[in-house]
Amino acid sequence: MSAPAIRVEEVSFSYGERQALQNVSFVVQSGEIFGLLGPNGGGKTTLFRLLSTSLPVQAGSAFVFDHNLASQPDAVRRVIGVTFQSPSVDPKLTVRENLIYQGHLYGLTGAALRKRADTLLTRLGLQDRASDITQTLSGGLKRRVEIAKSLLHEPRILLLDEPSTGLDPGARHDLWRYLHQLRTESEVTVLVTTHLMEEAERCDRLGLLNLGELVALGTPDELRTSVGGDCITIRTTAAIGDLQRRIHDRFHVDVQEIDGALRIERTDGHELVRDLVSAFPQEIKSVSFGKPTLEDVFIQRTGHRFWDEQSRMGN
Amino acid sequence: MTNGMLLPVWSLTLRELVRFVRQRSRAIGAFLQPVIFWVLFGTGFSESFRMQGVEGGPSYAEFFLPGIAAMIVMFAAIFSAISVIQDRNEGFLQGVLVAPVPRTAIVFGKLCGGTLLAVLQGLLFLGLAAALHLAGLVPDVRWNLSFGSVVGTIAFLGLMGFALCGLGYMFAWRLDSIQGFHAIMSVLLFPMWLLSGAFFEAPQSGWLKWVIAANPLTYGVAGLKRVMASDAAAVAHLPSMALCVIVSVAFAVVCVGIDVAMTRKQRVSN
Repeated sequence: MSAPAIRVEEVSFSYGERQALQNVSFVVQSGEIFGLLGPNGGGKTTLFRLLSTSLPVQAGSAFVFDHNLASQPDAVRRVIGVTFQSPSVDPKLTVRENLIYQGHLYGLTGAALRKRADTLLTRLGLQDRASDITQTLSGGLKRRVEIAKSLLHEPRILLLDEPSTGLDPGARHDLWRYLHQLRTESEVTVLVTTHLMEEAERCDRLGLLNLGELVALGTPDELRTSVGGDCITIRTTAAIGDLQRRIHDRFHVDVQEIDGALRIERTDGHELVRDLVSAFPQEIKSVSFGKPTLEDVFIQRTGHRFWDEQSRMGN
Repeated sequence: MTNGMLLPVWSLTLRELVRFVRQRSRAIGAFLQPVIFWVLFGTGFSESFRMQGVEGGPSYAEFFLPGIAAMIVMFAAIFSAISVIQDRNEGFLQGVLVAPVPRTAIVFGKLCGGTLLAVLQGLLFLGLAAALHLAGLVPDVRWNLSFGSVVGTIAFLGLMGFALCGLGYMFAWRLDSIQGFHAIMSVLLFPMWLLSGAFFEAPQSGWLKWVIAANPLTYGVAGLKRVMASDAAAVAHLPSMALCVIVSVAFAVVCVGIDVAMTRKQRVSN
């Protein structure tokens, strides 16, 4: 395999006083779909902006196919396609015009550009809307125009910032099918930021970002396995600290308190669930038990919940 | 290695024109207001206006004609600057900034588009003014319509347009709201036009004289008056042609230079 698609080495970034990234290092291999998962404010978008050359590299170094982001931004710009969270389409232009003007910025012209634009319009199912003014399109269609724009110059890497923002579940599903298709058919490397667990599950590998630090790195399976056996979450009506101590004393297990619930990781958790419920029938309000999810990985690495995840799963 | 300059500049310029045509109210507003100003002020001031020391001098409508053309250029530049803020807010700018395009091309695309619109609107107005004049709707206006005069008019409209678009860009680049730009417009750009000799002549003495002399736009307006004048005596008191050209070019170069430096330096987060 040739040079890695993306190499980030000890990158830090701060907006004035606020530290947004701290010593982040990772490598994305060519042809991978790599996800940056984390809550809002975790540093995903800052990292995305650095890699898309929208922000300067302050500390550390980053390379895209061995092009240095700090010293060769134009070389980087030529190989990346960028899909922004808030689409960069011109609302006053038609869909096709958006692609044509974008092509000019990448040195494409004439018949070759028109052919390439038509190919992408067809591939993204936009051919019927090609002559529509872009601001009349729905959010999902605008996102598709945005993706078509970013693929016009046949980039080797596609960077997407929260690409499913504003998409309904069907459109989100289509998007991910298309990303996988791109990787298989055109060998495009994909880096995507997301705060959605279900999207993260579709990536080949993940980096978990929390408060500007990379807290975990691996395939979704590796990350889940790293948590240990099963996850038990207990909600109680009694004093939580008291119950925590009593469970620990009695069963000799690690009990974490996370956002008003108690959490235990353990192999053969089902037996423990039974014992717990019979030992503390009064105190336990509910017990949930399951194989670890990526959220459990996040909780284990950071000690807090992937906040407002519940409300966001639905959108 | 970067992509060529011409293609992105041409493409970004063309985009400005297309957007202008798509926003019809903007086109109509930018064009009609100066016409109304010219007709109303020209008629209203026709009795009270007397050119200093020039017997049988120009009517106010004649005096005001180059000034109104300068105002059109000013408004076009303001719209161009507002479009910088729009491009940022609508998200278009972020896409341009991550493209392998020289930053200079981004600036020139915006400024060339704005300037071209300014010149076209200015010429359209002057053509309409000639039609109104022929129809007898405005008082007597004498006007040099030789080939050289038309070329000079276009040149000065273009120079002023480029400089003013550059000036607007300088402020708009740092602003994230159009409301914020309105303040710049009212306290800087509009007074700049008012104090350029476009609306009234510079007095012989006093602080106003110095403010007008220090205003770089004064030299664009004076240049325009010189190329449009049919009577050399009526413009003899204005800055010399050489000075007009030098200051106007320098004004444009400085503004563009600052714009390019700012665009190179600041990578933008939307």
